Amino acid sequence: MSTWMDIAALDDIPPRGARVIKTRMGCVALFRTHDDQIFALDDACPHKKGPLSDGIVHGHAVTCPLHNWVIDLETGQAQGNERGQVNTYRARVEQGRVLLDISRLAARSAA
Amino acid sequence: MARRLVIIGAGMASGRLLEELFDRQPGAWDVTLFGAEPRGNYNRIMLSPVLAGEKQFDEIVTHDAQWYQAHGVTTRFGEPVVRIDRHARRVISPGGVTEYDKLIIATGSASFFIPVPGKDLPGVIGFRDYDDVQTMLDAARRPGGNAVIIGGGLLGLEAAAALNAQGMKVTVLHLMGHLMERQLDEAAGYLLQKELENRGINVICNAHTKAILGHDKVDAVLLEDGRVIDADLVVMAAGIRPETRLAIDAGLHVERGINVDDRMQTSDPNIYALGECVEHDATVYGLVAPLYDMARVLAQVLTGQDAAFVPPAVSTKLKVTGVDLFSAGDFADGDGREDIVFRDPARGIYKRLVLQNNRIIGAVMYGDTADSSWFFAKLKSGEDISAIRDSLIFGPAYQGGAPADPLAAVAALPPEAEICGCNGICKGAITSAIENGAHDLAAVRATTRASASCGSCSGLVEQLLALTLGEDFETPTEAPVCGCTDLGHDDIRRLVRARGLKSIPAIMQELGWKTSCGCHVCRPALNYYLICEYPLEYRDDAQSRFVNERNHANIQKDGTFSVMPRMWGGMTTPDELRAIADAAEKYDVPAVKVTGGQRIDLLGVRREDLPAIWADLNRAGLVSGHAYAKGLRTVKTCVGTDFCRFGTQDSTGLGIRLEKILWGSWTPHKVKLAVSGCPRNCAEATCKDIGIICVDSGYEVSVAGAAGMELKETEPLAKVATEDEVIALTCAFVQLYRENARYLDRPHKWVARVGMDWVRGQVVDDADQRAALIERFEISQSVYRKDPWAAQAEPDMRREKWAPLADLTLEAAE
Repeated sequence: MSTWMDIAALDDIPPRGARVIKTRMGCVALFRTHDDQIFALDDACPHKKGPLSDGIVHGHAVTCPLHNWVIDLETGQAQGNERGQVNTYRARVEQGRVLLDISRLAARSAA
Repeated sequence: MARRLVIIGAGMASGRLLEELFDRQPGAWDVTLFGAEPRGNYNRIMLSPVLAGEKQFDEIVTHDAQWYQAHGVTTRFGEPVVRIDRHARRVISPGGVTEYDKLIIATGSASFFIPVPGKDLPGVIGFRDYDDVQTMLDAARRPGGNAVIIGGGLLGLEAAAALNAQGMKVTVLHLMGHLMERQLDEAAGYLLQKELENRGINVICNAHTKAILGHDKVDAVLLEDGRVIDADLVVMAAGIRPETRLAIDAGLHVERGINVDDRMQTSDPNIYALGECVEHDATVYGLVAPLYDMARVLAQVLTGQDAAFVPPAVSTKLKVTGVDLFSAGDFADGDGREDIVFRDPARGIYKRLVLQNNRIIGAVMYGDTADSSWFFAKLKSGEDISAIRDSLIFGPAYQGGAPADPLAAVAALPPEAEICGCNGICKGAITSAIENGAHDLAAVRATTRASASCGSCSGLVEQLLALTLGEDFETPTEAPVCGCTDLGHDDIRRLVRARGLKSIPAIMQELGWKTSCGCHVCRPALNYYLICEYPLEYRDDAQSRFVNERNHANIQKDGTFSVMPRMWGGMTTPDELRAIADAAEKYDVPAVKVTGGQRIDLLGVRREDLPAIWADLNRAGLVSGHAYAKGLRTVKTCVGTDFCRFGTQDSTGLGIRLEKILWGSWTPHKVKLAVSGCPRNCAEATCKDIGIICVDSGYEVSVAGAAGMELKETEPLAKVATEDEVIALTCAFVQLYRENARYLDRPHKWVARVGMDWVRGQVVDDADQRAALIERFEISQSVYRKDPWAAQAEPDMRREKWAPLADLTLEAAE
């Protein structure tokens, strides 16, 4: 089941940039890539919890600002030789609005 | 005595011919050049950017009056030849009679005006020369004007995009079912039409023009289906017609164009022809590459060599800013032909290769043309691609054994592109030195001086050696910047300069980046190179900055930031200290630290508090200390003559002066200075990037020290008598470093690479060079000498952007 919530306008997030939203499960980063897709991931690198939302966004990946781990935005997997995984959430853009599927955020908090 | 050569037509073909001729045999011919236009040779294919306002006419002039004079060419511009008298071997023009030994006809082509009523009305023009461009620009100056372009081919669409950019309402009428049908297949034509329509251009395909309406000037265009389209300007771009009138009158053999043989000779052995006016082997040419081939062949023939024109495979790129389109070869469907197609609708990318007998015979690309030169090379060579067929469409980056051709970027440079900036040596000069026997870097340096100064173009010179000598030369290349490119830092900097690349996408496109938008390694480097190269034009890209430079603060391990105001020369006041103390309390700053750079660091500030704490500090007169920047950090000082009994000069005052001049500047890596008031060196100046030691007789300036992961004492640059001289040397050194170092190389690393002697030569010995460096530094500082903390009124810095986008702590729990 999905619960889509309207979060903000696409233009509130800079291209090749990110903004965070606060949730009970911690901060979730919304990334806007060069092709105007939106990806939602926990805002914490699996390495040392660096704020991914402050990293450089390139292609469909972000580089953590602390130690340059590269995280795949589509899967949440650390790339290269690193091992690690970030939670991802479903997000989409509809008519210039960013929608986030908050069902997992709610489910996790209920559990 | 030199023989007399008369050339009719001063276009691109004859311009190239003259160059080829004078390179081979200077002085052998006494040349008279006639041109119907009142100006000399210019790069006609660049008229579209002039029309779009992206270039000035001066920038596309290929040969100026000086050039003609230097090569002894008699120019007769604005004087059309009216008749050729073949029997007396002379041409007749308004200025009289000119005799020739050999005659070259290079009259080019004219726009084809479709034969409809009204085609001769004022306001109906072609698009061939600079006069046409001026007419169009005049029309575009009137607000709300309507332009109709008849013909949706290469030229028509360039005109349409340019006039649209100039503010006209543009309609393109195209006879065929899709745009550019000679170069594009339907799918690419569709993407192109969509892009143009997004820009507000009205595109009508299958449009049959019935008449052009108007009385004393054009008013509208009438289509066969009855539609009427308003028009203040009609541009005929439905094709070109070889300009053959003179040749026909002279009784030469002319069919569609002036017929020439493989040696460019017409039916008269004393008359040659080249360019768009000729027909060779039943083909008429309208693109520039074959014209250049003709020019080379004819120059060889005129100098007594054997040569034959072979029709080359040609490719097309549309010169519309923001539209990436490439087409080459044959792409019609047919028996025995196979297609490989790649589409990415989301990104608007379409690529298609047409194969026959395992060879590429055609290629169409839209939206991403980075690999076009690679495909085109395979098309021209007729290489068997069966081994790489499966991954062929993905381009060179995906071919296991065949990395991208790192020479492509250098190969694409024109001969006049400057390779060695220090000595002003262009590609052509280096290539000819190599051809004349300079077969390694040392030999090229000895003969041309290219790369003999700072050496940063060595990589490019080596690539030219590889390009010219082929497999005989082994390239010792600089390591690539990152996995996105095969080029090293030095090569990129030189190519950015030589090719005038002014944006990150332009660099990635033109230098064949292998990724869509780079990575965290290359993007900050490119952003810096552009800031340095084009301080007035380039707009800093925040998303290509490391986090610290984007947030104007230093990120800490827990994601909080440190905030450090500037303390000029390490001096502060009770008021400043009070403001810092107040801010520390107000924002619950967990740690306050005195740094080694003589200032105070507030550690552990929350991201969303940054704009507010900056505003508070700004109010007390404090500005950003750039403690996070690849830029000027601190100028550390001792108290000098003010208080110290040993001080020889006002080291504090000099430090403050230096910091006020240098602050805000971006550099390849951080830059730290110190000024000590006497040789006891309390400010520890001899391990800084630039260190100044005051002595009784003046100032000892030394550079390239290090006290980080490496420890290194500074090396003497010069000893000078006054503060002003110290400042001049410092600014010049910093600018030299800014312009030449690789991104993330500290000055000591860079100096080790280029040599202290060269640095001293540029900054100390050469007064003109020093002045030029200082001037360029000042130009850059006129933009960047400012406080980023105070820029909170700018959209990127608005306070809400630092805060979370939304707070779902309540909703998510429901």
